[in-house]
Amino acid sequence: MTDGKDNSTIIRMFHVHKTYGNKKALIDITLEIAKNEFLFISGPSGAGKTTLLKLLYLGETTTEGQVLIDGMNLSRISHKRIPFLRRKYGIIFQDYKLIPTKTVFNNVAVVLEAMGKKRRFIEKKVKSVLRTVGMEERLQAFPPSLSGGEQQRIAVARAVIGDPKIILADEPTGNLDEDSADIILKLLKKFHTRGATIIVATHDKELIRKTGGRVIHLNQGYLQKITAA
Amino acid sequence: MILYYKRAISDILDHKFLNTVTIITIAISILIVSAFILFFKNANNVMNSWKKGIRVMAYLQPDIPEPKVSEIQMKIKGMYGVQDVRFISKHEALNLIKTQMKRQSSLFENLKENPLPDAFEIRMTTSLHNQEKIEALATRLESLPQIDEVEYGQKWIRRFTSFFNLFKFVGYAMGGLFFIAAAFIVANTSRLVLYSRREEVEIMRLVGATDRFIKAPFYIEGLIQGALGACFGLGALFIAYVFISSNVEQSLSSGFFTIQFLSAGTLFGIILCSTFVGWLGCYISLKQFLQY
Ligand SMILES: Nc1ncnc2c1ncn2[C@@H]1O[C@H](COP(=O)(O)OP(=O)(O)O)[C@@H](O)[C@H]1O
Ligand SMILES: [Mg+2]
Repeated sequence: MTDGKDNSTIIRMFHVHKTYGNKKALIDITLEIAKNEFLFISGPSGAGKTTLLKLLYLGETTTEGQVLIDGMNLSRISHKRIPFLRRKYGIIFQDYKLIPTKTVFNNVAVVLEAMGKKRRFIEKKVKSVLRTVGMEERLQAFPPSLSGGEQQRIAVARAVIGDPKIILADEPTGNLDEDSADIILKLLKKFHTRGATIIVATHDKELIRKTGGRVIHLNQGYLQKITAA
Repeated sequence: MILYYKRAISDILDHKFLNTVTIITIAISILIVSAFILFFKNANNVMNSWKKGIRVMAYLQPDIPEPKVSEIQMKIKGMYGVQDVRFISKHEALNLIKTQMKRQSSLFENLKENPLPDAFEIRMTTSLHNQEKIEALATRLESLPQIDEVEYGQKWIRRFTSFFNLFKFVGYAMGGLFFIAAAFIVANTSRLVLYSRREEVEIMRLVGATDRFIKAPFYIEGLIQGALGACFGLGALFIAYVFISSNVEQSLSSGFFTIQFLSAGTLFGIILCSTFVGWLGCYISLKQFLQY
Protein backbone atom coordinates (compact mmCIF):
# COMPACT_ATOMS: atom_id res chain seq x y z
CA MET A 1 0.00 0.00 0.00
CA THR A 2 2.66 2.48 1.04
CA ASP A 3 6.20 2.91 -0.10
CA GLY A 4 7.29 0.77 2.81
CA LYS A 5 9.51 3.40 4.35
CA ASP A 6 8.05 2.63 7.74
CA ASN A 7 7.72 -1.10 8.28
CA SER A 8 7.35 -0.67 12.01
CA THR A 9 3.79 0.59 11.48
CA ILE A 10 1.19 -2.03 12.28
CA ILE A 11 -2.03 0.02 12.03
CA ARG A 12 -2.93 2.86 9.70
CA MET A 13 -6.19 4.75 9.54
CA PHE A 14 -6.63 7.05 6.60
CA HIS A 15 -9.46 9.63 6.58
CA VAL A 16 -11.75 7.24 8.39
CA HIS A 17 -15.40 8.14 8.98
CA LYS A 18 -17.97 6.11 10.83
CA THR A 19 -21.63 6.94 11.03
CA TYR A 20 -24.39 4.98 12.74
CA GLY A 21 -27.55 5.90 10.87
CA ASN A 22 -27.08 9.65 10.86
CA LYS A 23 -25.02 9.76 14.06
CA LYS A 24 -21.41 10.62 13.26
CA ALA A 25 -19.30 8.57 15.67
CA LEU A 26 -15.91 9.17 14.01
CA ILE A 27 -14.95 11.99 11.68
CA ASP A 28 -11.92 12.01 9.39
CA ILE A 29 -9.52 10.07 11.55
CA THR A 30 -6.00 9.64 10.20
CA LEU A 31 -3.37 8.02 12.38
CA GLU A 32 -0.60 5.45 12.52
CA ILE A 33 0.26 3.06 15.29
CA ALA A 34 3.72 1.53 15.56
CA LYS A 35 4.57 -2.03 16.42
CA ASN A 36 5.05 -2.58 20.13
CA GLU A 37 3.56 0.79 21.01
CA PHE A 38 1.66 1.27 24.27
CA LEU A 39 -1.01 3.66 23.11
CA PHE A 40 -3.98 5.28 24.78
CA ILE A 41 -7.15 6.45 23.16
CA SER A 42 -8.73 8.90 25.52
CA GLY A 43 -11.74 11.12 25.57
CA PRO A 44 -15.04 11.55 27.35
CA SER A 45 -17.83 9.06 27.11
CA GLY A 46 -19.37 9.05 23.64
CA ALA A 47 -16.16 10.36 22.01
CA GLY A 48 -15.89 7.35 19.72
CA LYS A 49 -13.21 5.28 21.49
CA THR A 50 -15.07 1.99 21.37
CA THR A 51 -16.08 2.63 17.78
CA LEU A 52 -12.47 3.17 16.78
CA LEU A 53 -11.45 -0.16 18.31
CA LYS A 54 -14.37 -1.90 16.61
CA LEU A 55 -13.22 -0.69 13.21
CA LEU A 56 -9.86 -2.34 13.82
CA TYR A 57 -11.28 -5.84 14.34
CA LEU A 58 -14.25 -5.41 11.98
CA GLY A 59 -16.77 -5.40 14.78
CA GLU A 60 -18.07 -2.54 12.64
CA THR A 61 -17.23 -1.58 9.08
CA THR A 62 -15.85 1.82 8.14
CA THR A 63 -18.28 4.13 6.43
CA GLU A 64 -15.53 5.94 4.56
CA GLY A 65 -11.74 5.84 4.42
CA GLN A 66 -9.22 3.04 4.78
CA VAL A 67 -8.02 0.92 7.67
CA LEU A 68 -4.84 -1.09 7.17
CA ILE A 69 -3.67 -3.76 9.57
CA ASP A 70 -0.24 -5.24 8.83
CA GLY A 71 -0.60 -3.84 5.31
CA MET A 72 -3.97 -5.57 4.86
CA ASN A 73 -6.83 -3.33 3.72
CA LEU A 74 -9.86 -4.15 5.84
CA SER A 75 -12.37 -2.85 3.30
CA ARG A 76 -11.14 -5.51 0.87
CA ILE A 77 -10.93 -8.42 3.23
CA SER A 78 -13.17 -11.38 2.41
CA HIS A 79 -15.73 -12.67 4.87
CA LYS A 80 -13.75 -15.89 5.22
CA ARG A 81 -10.60 -14.05 6.32
CA ILE A 82 -12.26 -12.15 9.16
CA PRO A 83 -11.65 -14.86 11.81
CA PHE A 84 -7.97 -14.83 10.89
CA LEU A 85 -7.81 -11.06 11.15
CA ARG A 86 -9.33 -11.33 14.62
CA ARG A 87 -6.72 -13.84 15.69
CA LYS A 88 -4.12 -11.07 15.38
CA TYR A 89 -5.87 -9.41 18.29
CA GLY A 90 -6.47 -10.11 21.90
CA ILE A 91 -9.53 -8.07 22.78
CA ILE A 92 -10.56 -7.06 26.27
CA PHE A 93 -14.14 -5.87 25.85
CA GLN A 94 -15.65 -3.15 27.94
CA ASP A 95 -18.38 -5.57 29.07
CA TYR A 96 -15.91 -8.51 29.19
CA LYS A 97 -18.07 -10.64 26.89
CA LEU A 98 -17.53 -13.88 28.76
CA ILE A 99 -19.82 -16.79 27.96
CA PRO A 100 -21.93 -17.17 31.11
CA THR A 101 -22.79 -20.84 30.52
CA LYS A 102 -19.18 -21.93 30.14
CA THR A 103 -16.60 -22.46 32.82
CA VAL A 104 -13.65 -20.12 33.20
CA PHE A 105 -11.48 -22.81 31.67
CA ASN A 106 -13.70 -23.18 28.61
CA ASN A 107 -14.10 -19.45 28.20
CA VAL A 108 -10.37 -19.09 27.84
CA ALA A 109 -9.83 -22.34 25.97
CA VAL A 110 -12.27 -21.45 23.18
CA VAL A 111 -9.65 -19.24 21.50
CA LEU A 112 -7.22 -22.11 21.13
CA GLU A 113 -9.97 -24.60 20.25
CA ALA A 114 -11.03 -22.33 17.42
CA MET A 115 -7.43 -22.32 16.23
CA GLY A 116 -7.54 -26.12 16.19
CA LYS A 117 -4.89 -26.63 18.84
CA LYS A 118 -4.39 -30.00 20.49
CA ARG A 119 -6.28 -30.76 23.69
CA ARG A 120 -3.20 -31.36 25.77
CA PHE A 121 -1.57 -28.15 24.65
CA ILE A 122 -4.77 -26.22 25.39
CA GLU A 123 -4.99 -27.59 28.90
CA LYS A 124 -1.42 -26.66 29.73
CA LYS A 125 -1.61 -23.24 28.18
CA VAL A 126 -4.95 -22.27 29.74
CA LYS A 127 -3.72 -23.24 33.18
CA SER A 128 -0.50 -21.31 32.77
CA VAL A 129 -2.29 -18.18 31.54
CA LEU A 130 -4.83 -18.37 34.36
CA ARG A 131 -1.92 -18.61 36.76
CA THR A 132 -0.48 -15.44 35.22
CA VAL A 133 -3.70 -13.56 35.95
CA GLY A 134 -4.01 -15.18 39.38
CA MET A 135 -7.16 -17.13 38.59
CA GLU A 136 -5.82 -20.69 38.51
CA GLU A 137 -8.03 -21.60 41.48
CA ARG A 138 -11.26 -20.78 39.65
CA LEU A 139 -10.93 -23.01 36.57
CA GLN A 140 -14.34 -24.59 36.99
CA ALA A 141 -16.22 -21.49 38.12
CA PHE A 142 -18.82 -19.84 35.91
CA PRO A 143 -18.37 -16.14 35.11
CA PRO A 144 -21.57 -14.92 36.81
CA SER A 145 -20.21 -16.21 40.13
CA LEU A 146 -17.10 -14.04 39.84
CA SER A 147 -16.53 -10.45 40.89
CA GLY A 148 -16.05 -7.72 38.28
CA GLY A 149 -12.30 -7.67 38.85
CA GLU A 150 -12.09 -11.45 38.50
CA GLN A 151 -14.14 -11.41 35.31
CA GLN A 152 -11.88 -8.72 33.96
CA ARG A 153 -8.87 -10.92 34.64
CA ILE A 154 -10.49 -13.82 32.81
CA ALA A 155 -11.14 -11.46 29.92
CA VAL A 156 -7.44 -10.55 29.96
CA ALA A 157 -6.44 -14.20 30.06
CA ARG A 158 -8.62 -14.94 27.04
CA ALA A 159 -7.22 -11.92 25.23
CA VAL A 160 -3.60 -12.97 25.61
CA ILE A 161 -3.80 -16.74 25.34
CA GLY A 162 -3.42 -16.82 21.56
CA ASP A 163 -0.20 -14.76 21.76
CA PRO A 164 -1.73 -11.92 19.77
CA LYS A 165 0.32 -9.25 18.07
CA ILE A 166 -2.08 -6.56 19.19
CA ILE A 167 -4.03 -6.22 22.41
CA LEU A 168 -7.11 -4.00 22.35
CA ALA A 169 -8.40 -3.04 25.79
CA ASP A 170 -11.65 -1.11 26.11
CA GLU A 171 -11.89 0.62 29.50
CA PRO A 172 -9.94 -2.24 31.08
CA THR A 173 -10.02 -0.64 34.50
CA GLY A 174 -13.41 0.96 34.07
CA ASN A 175 -15.40 -0.64 36.85
CA LEU A 176 -12.54 -1.83 38.99
CA ASP A 177 -11.17 -0.79 42.35
CA GLU A 178 -7.63 0.50 42.34
CA ASP A 179 -5.95 -2.77 43.30
CA SER A 180 -7.70 -4.75 40.56
CA ALA A 181 -6.92 -1.98 38.10
CA ASP A 182 -3.26 -2.17 39.03
CA ILE A 183 -3.19 -5.91 38.44
CA ILE A 184 -4.67 -5.45 34.98
CA LEU A 185 -2.25 -2.68 34.15
CA LYS A 186 0.72 -4.79 35.27
CA LEU A 187 -0.48 -7.59 33.04
CA LEU A 188 -0.77 -5.29 30.05
CA LYS A 189 2.73 -3.99 30.65
CA LYS A 190 4.03 -7.52 30.88
CA PHE A 191 2.63 -8.42 27.48
CA HIS A 192 3.96 -5.15 26.15
CA THR A 193 7.48 -6.06 27.16
CA ARG A 194 6.96 -9.39 25.41
CA GLY A 195 6.48 -7.50 22.15
CA ALA A 196 2.74 -6.95 21.80
CA THR A 197 1.23 -3.70 20.63
CA ILE A 198 -1.14 -2.43 23.30
CA ILE A 199 -4.02 -0.07 22.58
CA VAL A 200 -6.07 1.02 25.57
CA ALA A 201 -9.28 3.02 25.26
CA THR A 202 -10.00 4.83 28.49
CA HIS A 203 -11.46 7.97 29.96
CA ASP A 204 -9.35 7.41 33.08
CA LYS A 205 -6.74 10.23 33.09
CA GLU A 206 -5.13 8.82 36.20
CA LEU A 207 -4.42 5.53 34.43
CA ILE A 208 -2.79 7.35 31.53
CA ARG A 209 -0.68 9.46 33.84
CA LYS A 210 0.51 6.44 35.79
CA THR A 211 1.39 4.43 32.71
CA GLY A 212 2.76 6.92 30.22
CA GLY A 213 2.64 6.48 26.45
CA ARG A 214 1.33 8.22 23.39
CA VAL A 215 -2.25 9.44 23.75
CA ILE A 216 -4.81 9.97 21.01
CA HIS A 217 -7.46 12.39 22.23
CA LEU A 218 -10.92 11.96 20.74
CA ASN A 219 -13.82 14.30 21.26
CA GLN A 220 -17.26 13.92 19.69
CA GLY A 221 -15.78 11.85 16.90
CA TYR A 222 -12.94 14.19 16.09
CA LEU A 223 -9.26 13.46 16.62
CA GLN A 224 -8.48 16.45 18.79
CA LYS A 225 -4.78 15.99 19.37
CA ILE A 226 -2.03 13.44 19.86
CA THR A 227 0.29 13.83 22.80
CA ALA A 228 3.65 12.11 22.55
CA ALA A 229 4.89 9.69 25.15
CA MET B 1 -13.22 -33.69 15.26
CA ILE B 2 -13.57 -35.43 18.62
CA LEU B 3 -13.77 -31.98 20.10
CA TYR B 4 -16.72 -31.17 17.82
CA TYR B 5 -18.54 -34.30 18.97
CA LYS B 6 -17.92 -33.45 22.60
CA ARG B 7 -19.27 -29.97 22.08
CA ALA B 8 -22.29 -31.33 20.22
CA ILE B 9 -23.10 -33.77 22.98
CA SER B 10 -22.70 -31.20 25.72
CA ASP B 11 -24.94 -28.89 23.66
CA ILE B 12 -27.61 -31.57 23.49
CA LEU B 13 -27.40 -32.05 27.24
CA ASP B 14 -27.57 -28.30 27.77
CA HIS B 15 -30.78 -28.14 25.74
CA LYS B 16 -32.45 -31.33 26.87
CA PHE B 17 -36.00 -30.14 26.48
CA LEU B 18 -35.64 -28.74 22.99
CA ASN B 19 -33.72 -31.76 21.82
CA THR B 20 -36.17 -34.19 23.38
CA VAL B 21 -39.07 -32.47 21.64
CA THR B 22 -37.25 -32.57 18.33
CA ILE B 23 -36.27 -36.20 18.64
CA ILE B 24 -39.80 -37.17 19.62
CA THR B 25 -41.28 -35.30 16.68
CA ILE B 26 -38.86 -36.93 14.30
CA ALA B 27 -39.63 -40.28 15.90
CA ILE B 28 -43.36 -39.79 15.33
CA SER B 29 -42.84 -38.77 11.71
CA ILE B 30 -40.62 -41.78 11.15
CA LEU B 31 -43.14 -44.01 12.89
CA ILE B 32 -45.96 -42.88 10.61
CA VAL B 33 -43.94 -43.10 7.43
CA SER B 34 -42.39 -46.44 8.25
CA ALA B 35 -45.76 -47.84 9.35
CA PHE B 36 -46.92 -46.95 5.87
CA ILE B 37 -43.93 -48.65 4.32
CA LEU B 38 -44.50 -51.72 6.48
CA PHE B 39 -48.17 -51.93 5.56
CA PHE B 40 -47.32 -51.38 1.93
CA LYS B 41 -44.74 -54.12 1.97
CA ASN B 42 -47.10 -56.64 3.52
CA ALA B 43 -49.96 -55.67 1.26
CA ASN B 44 -47.61 -56.17 -1.64
CA ASN B 45 -46.65 -59.60 -0.33
CA VAL B 46 -50.28 -60.56 -0.01
CA MET B 47 -51.04 -59.35 -3.47
CA ASN B 48 -48.12 -61.25 -4.92
CA SER B 49 -49.16 -64.43 -3.24
CA TRP B 50 -52.67 -63.95 -4.56
CA LYS B 51 -51.34 -63.29 -8.00
CA LYS B 52 -49.24 -66.40 -7.84
CA GLY B 53 -52.38 -68.32 -7.11
CA ILE B 54 -54.15 -66.91 -10.11
CA ARG B 55 -55.53 -69.60 -12.31
CA VAL B 56 -57.35 -68.85 -15.47
CA MET B 57 -60.17 -71.31 -15.91
CA ALA B 58 -61.44 -71.95 -19.41
CA TYR B 59 -64.71 -73.90 -19.53
CA LEU B 60 -65.42 -75.97 -22.59
CA GLN B 61 -68.66 -76.35 -24.43
CA PRO B 62 -70.34 -79.65 -23.75
CA ASP B 63 -69.53 -82.80 -25.72
CA ILE B 64 -66.29 -81.91 -27.38
CA PRO B 65 -64.58 -85.09 -28.55
CA GLU B 66 -61.37 -86.16 -26.90
CA PRO B 67 -58.95 -85.58 -29.82
CA LYS B 68 -60.32 -82.09 -30.23
CA VAL B 69 -59.72 -81.49 -26.54
CA SER B 70 -56.04 -82.40 -26.76
CA GLU B 71 -55.74 -80.25 -29.84
CA ILE B 72 -57.11 -77.24 -27.99
CA GLN B 73 -54.87 -78.03 -25.05
CA MET B 74 -51.83 -77.93 -27.34
CA LYS B 75 -53.03 -74.67 -28.82
CA ILE B 76 -53.41 -73.03 -25.40
CA LYS B 77 -50.06 -74.31 -24.30
CA GLY B 78 -48.52 -72.48 -27.23
CA MET B 79 -50.04 -69.17 -26.23
CA TYR B 80 -47.82 -66.43 -24.90
CA GLY B 81 -47.40 -66.42 -21.15
CA VAL B 82 -48.87 -69.82 -20.50
CA GLN B 83 -46.82 -72.01 -18.23
CA ASP B 84 -49.00 -74.99 -17.75
CA VAL B 85 -52.37 -76.27 -18.92
CA ARG B 86 -54.21 -79.02 -17.14
CA PHE B 87 -57.36 -80.63 -18.40
CA ILE B 88 -59.97 -81.18 -15.73
CA SER B 89 -62.75 -83.43 -16.95
CA LYS B 90 -66.21 -82.90 -15.57
CA HIS B 91 -65.97 -86.22 -13.68
CA GLU B 92 -62.78 -85.14 -12.05
CA ALA B 93 -64.36 -81.82 -11.15
CA LEU B 94 -67.37 -83.49 -9.62
CA ASN B 95 -65.21 -85.84 -7.57
CA LEU B 96 -63.23 -82.89 -6.37
CA ILE B 97 -66.36 -81.13 -5.24
CA LYS B 98 -67.62 -84.25 -3.60
CA THR B 99 -64.51 -84.69 -1.52
CA GLN B 100 -64.51 -81.02 -0.60
CA MET B 101 -68.12 -81.14 0.49
CA LYS B 102 -68.24 -84.51 2.22
CA ARG B 103 -70.88 -83.49 4.67
CA GLN B 104 -73.25 -82.40 1.98
CA SER B 105 -72.62 -85.50 -0.16
CA SER B 106 -76.32 -86.30 -0.05
CA LEU B 107 -76.83 -83.35 -2.35
CA PHE B 108 -75.00 -85.14 -5.10
CA GLU B 109 -76.74 -88.47 -4.78
CA ASN B 110 -79.77 -87.29 -6.65
CA LEU B 111 -77.83 -86.00 -9.60
CA LYS B 112 -78.72 -87.94 -12.72
CA GLU B 113 -76.26 -86.17 -14.86
CA ASN B 114 -73.01 -84.33 -14.21
CA PRO B 115 -73.89 -80.62 -14.57
CA LEU B 116 -70.27 -79.46 -14.68
CA PRO B 117 -68.41 -78.60 -17.85
CA ASP B 118 -65.02 -79.88 -18.87
CA ALA B 119 -62.36 -77.27 -18.22
CA PHE B 120 -58.74 -76.25 -18.61
CA GLU B 121 -56.87 -74.88 -15.67
CA ILE B 122 -54.18 -72.55 -16.97
CA ARG B 123 -51.25 -71.26 -14.92
CA MET B 124 -49.28 -68.35 -16.20
CA THR B 125 -45.57 -67.72 -16.03
CA THR B 126 -44.92 -65.68 -12.85
CA SER B 127 -43.32 -62.77 -14.64
CA LEU B 128 -46.60 -62.14 -16.40
CA HIS B 129 -48.81 -61.64 -13.41
CA ASN B 130 -50.18 -58.39 -14.45
CA GLN B 131 -53.58 -57.21 -15.23
CA GLU B 132 -53.22 -56.50 -18.95
CA LYS B 133 -51.43 -59.75 -19.69
CA ILE B 134 -54.09 -61.77 -17.97
CA GLU B 135 -56.83 -59.94 -19.79
CA ALA B 136 -55.09 -60.38 -23.13
CA LEU B 137 -54.85 -64.10 -22.56
CA ALA B 138 -58.50 -64.26 -21.53
CA THR B 139 -59.56 -62.56 -24.76
CA ARG B 140 -57.51 -64.96 -26.83
CA LEU B 141 -59.03 -67.94 -25.02
CA GLU B 142 -62.53 -66.64 -25.47
CA SER B 143 -61.97 -66.33 -29.20
CA LEU B 144 -61.57 -70.10 -29.46
CA PRO B 145 -64.96 -71.45 -30.62
CA GLN B 146 -64.93 -74.44 -28.30
CA ILE B 147 -64.44 -72.32 -25.19
CA ASP B 148 -67.62 -71.34 -23.49
CA GLU B 149 -66.44 -69.12 -20.72
CA VAL B 150 -63.24 -67.83 -19.16
CA GLU B 151 -62.92 -66.98 -15.52
CA TYR B 152 -60.09 -65.35 -13.63
CA GLY B 153 -61.47 -63.18 -10.87
CA GLN B 154 -61.07 -60.09 -13.00
CA LYS B 155 -63.13 -57.72 -10.91
CA TRP B 156 -61.36 -57.96 -7.62
CA ILE B 157 -57.95 -57.89 -9.24
CA ARG B 158 -58.82 -54.66 -10.98
CA ARG B 159 -60.24 -53.10 -7.84
CA PHE B 160 -57.40 -54.20 -5.71
CA THR B 161 -54.81 -52.96 -8.16
CA SER B 162 -56.30 -49.51 -8.42
CA PHE B 163 -56.71 -49.30 -4.66
CA PHE B 164 -53.15 -50.41 -4.29
CA ASN B 165 -51.89 -47.75 -6.69
CA LEU B 166 -53.83 -45.05 -4.90
CA PHE B 167 -52.43 -46.30 -1.65
CA LYS B 168 -48.92 -46.20 -3.06
CA PHE B 169 -49.43 -42.62 -4.18
CA VAL B 170 -50.77 -41.56 -0.81
CA GLY B 171 -47.81 -43.28 0.80
CA TYR B 172 -45.29 -41.40 -1.31
CA ALA B 173 -47.06 -38.10 -0.76
CA MET B 174 -47.20 -38.59 3.00
CA GLY B 175 -43.61 -39.71 3.12
CA GLY B 176 -42.59 -36.56 1.27
CA LEU B 177 -44.65 -34.32 3.52
CA PHE B 178 -43.30 -35.85 6.68
CA PHE B 179 -39.80 -35.55 5.30
CA ILE B 180 -40.25 -31.82 4.76
CA ALA B 181 -42.06 -31.34 8.07
CA ALA B 182 -39.30 -33.12 9.97
CA ALA B 183 -36.64 -31.02 8.27
CA PHE B 184 -38.42 -27.84 9.30
CA ILE B 185 -38.87 -29.06 12.84
CA VAL B 186 -35.16 -29.69 13.11
CA ALA B 187 -34.52 -26.31 11.51
CA ASN B 188 -36.72 -24.72 14.11
CA THR B 189 -35.04 -26.39 17.04
CA SER B 190 -31.60 -25.49 15.92
CA ARG B 191 -32.86 -21.97 15.29
CA LEU B 192 -34.12 -21.81 18.86
CA VAL B 193 -30.87 -23.23 20.15
CA LEU B 194 -28.93 -20.78 18.03
CA TYR B 195 -31.11 -17.94 19.20
CA SER B 196 -30.64 -18.86 22.84
CA ARG B 197 -26.93 -18.91 22.13
CA ARG B 198 -26.55 -15.94 19.83
CA GLU B 199 -24.44 -14.16 22.44
CA GLU B 200 -22.11 -17.11 22.71
CA VAL B 201 -21.91 -17.43 18.93
CA GLU B 202 -21.13 -13.74 18.63
CA ILE B 203 -18.40 -13.97 21.26
CA MET B 204 -16.85 -16.97 19.57
CA ARG B 205 -16.72 -15.01 16.34
CA LEU B 206 -15.12 -12.05 18.02
CA VAL B 207 -12.32 -14.20 19.39
CA GLY B 208 -11.57 -15.58 15.94
CA ALA B 209 -13.68 -18.70 15.54
CA THR B 210 -14.50 -19.58 11.95
CA ASP B 211 -18.08 -20.25 10.86
CA ARG B 212 -17.09 -23.85 10.32
CA PHE B 213 -15.98 -24.18 13.91
CA ILE B 214 -19.20 -22.62 15.15
CA LYS B 215 -21.45 -24.63 12.85
CA ALA B 216 -19.91 -28.07 13.22
CA PRO B 217 -21.49 -28.96 16.56
CA PHE B 218 -24.90 -27.85 15.31
CA TYR B 219 -24.60 -30.15 12.34
CA ILE B 220 -23.52 -33.02 14.52
CA GLU B 221 -26.51 -32.29 16.77
CA GLY B 222 -28.81 -32.41 13.76
CA LEU B 223 -27.35 -35.71 12.60
CA ILE B 224 -27.71 -37.19 16.07
CA GLN B 225 -31.28 -35.93 16.36
CA GLY B 226 -32.17 -37.46 13.01
CA ALA B 227 -30.55 -40.80 13.74
CA LEU B 228 -31.94 -41.07 17.27
CA GLY B 229 -35.41 -40.00 16.13
CA ALA B 230 -35.36 -42.72 13.47
CA CYS B 231 -34.20 -45.35 15.96
CA PHE B 232 -36.96 -44.47 18.44
CA GLY B 233 -39.62 -44.31 15.71
CA LEU B 234 -38.58 -47.67 14.30
CA GLY B 235 -38.35 -49.11 17.79
CA ALA B 236 -41.95 -48.07 18.44
CA LEU B 237 -42.97 -49.56 15.11
CA PHE B 238 -41.26 -52.82 15.97
CA ILE B 239 -43.10 -53.06 19.28
CA ALA B 240 -46.39 -52.39 17.51
CA TYR B 241 -45.45 -54.97 14.91
CA VAL B 242 -44.71 -57.68 17.47
CA PHE B 243 -47.97 -56.93 19.22
CA ILE B 244 -50.14 -56.86 16.11
CA SER B 245 -48.57 -59.79 14.30
CA SER B 246 -48.94 -62.09 17.28
CA ASN B 247 -52.62 -61.17 17.45
CA VAL B 248 -53.22 -61.49 13.73
CA GLU B 249 -51.46 -64.83 13.52
CA GLN B 250 -53.58 -66.14 16.34
CA SER B 251 -56.79 -65.18 14.59
CA LEU B 252 -55.57 -66.46 11.23
CA SER B 253 -54.37 -69.71 12.66
CA SER B 254 -54.04 -71.04 9.15
CA GLY B 255 -50.78 -69.12 8.78
CA PHE B 256 -51.49 -68.68 5.11
CA PHE B 257 -49.55 -65.50 5.29
CA THR B 258 -47.29 -64.01 7.94
CA ILE B 259 -46.73 -60.31 8.54
CA GLN B 260 -43.12 -59.47 7.85
CA PHE B 261 -41.11 -56.66 9.42
CA LEU B 262 -39.02 -54.27 7.37
CA SER B 263 -35.78 -55.66 6.01
CA ALA B 264 -32.42 -54.58 7.41
CA GLY B 265 -31.78 -52.64 4.22
CA THR B 266 -35.04 -50.70 4.52
CA LEU B 267 -34.38 -49.96 8.18
CA PHE B 268 -30.94 -48.71 7.35
CA GLY B 269 -32.35 -46.60 4.53
CA ILE B 270 -34.92 -45.00 6.84
CA ILE B 271 -32.28 -44.19 9.44
CA LEU B 272 -30.07 -42.72 6.73
CA CYS B 273 -32.95 -40.60 5.41
CA SER B 274 -33.79 -39.35 8.87
CA THR B 275 -30.16 -38.49 9.54
CA PHE B 276 -30.13 -36.57 6.32
CA VAL B 277 -33.28 -34.74 7.44
CA GLY B 278 -31.47 -33.75 10.64
CA TRP B 279 -28.61 -32.40 8.61
CA LEU B 280 -30.93 -30.58 6.23
CA GLY B 281 -32.82 -28.92 9.09
CA CYS B 282 -29.56 -27.60 10.46
CA TYR B 283 -28.47 -26.43 7.08
CA ILE B 284 -31.69 -24.44 6.65
CA SER B 285 -31.49 -22.69 10.01
CA LEU B 286 -27.76 -22.01 9.91
CA LYS B 287 -28.11 -20.54 6.48
CA GLN B 288 -30.64 -18.05 7.82
CA PHE B 289 -28.95 -17.42 11.12
CA LEU B 290 -25.26 -17.15 10.41
CA GLN B 291 -25.28 -14.85 7.47
CA TYR B 292 -24.46 -11.22 7.66
N1 LIG C 1 -24.43 0.67 17.47
C1 LIG C 1 -24.61 2.00 17.57
N2 LIG C 1 -25.70 2.57 16.99
C2 LIG C 1 -25.90 3.88 17.07
N3 LIG C 1 -25.09 4.74 17.67
C3 LIG C 1 -23.98 4.25 18.27
C4 LIG C 1 -23.70 2.86 18.24
N4 LIG C 1 -22.53 2.66 18.90
C5 LIG C 1 -22.12 3.87 19.32
N5 LIG C 1 -22.98 4.84 18.94
C6 LIG C 1 -22.84 6.25 19.19
O1 LIG C 1 -21.57 6.67 18.67
C7 LIG C 1 -20.95 7.54 19.56
C8 LIG C 1 -19.60 6.99 19.98
O2 LIG C 1 -19.80 5.85 20.75
P1 LIG C 1 -18.62 5.02 21.39
O3 LIG C 1 -17.66 4.69 20.33
O4 LIG C 1 -19.21 3.88 22.13
O5 LIG C 1 -18.01 6.07 22.40
P2 LIG C 1 -17.06 5.83 23.66
O6 LIG C 1 -16.58 4.41 23.61
O7 LIG C 1 -15.98 6.81 23.48
O8 LIG C 1 -17.88 6.10 24.85
C9 LIG C 1 -21.89 7.73 20.74
O9 LIG C 1 -22.61 8.93 20.52
C10 LIG C 1 -22.80 6.56 20.66
O10 LIG C 1 -24.08 6.89 21.13
MG1 LIG D 1 -16.79 2.89 25.05
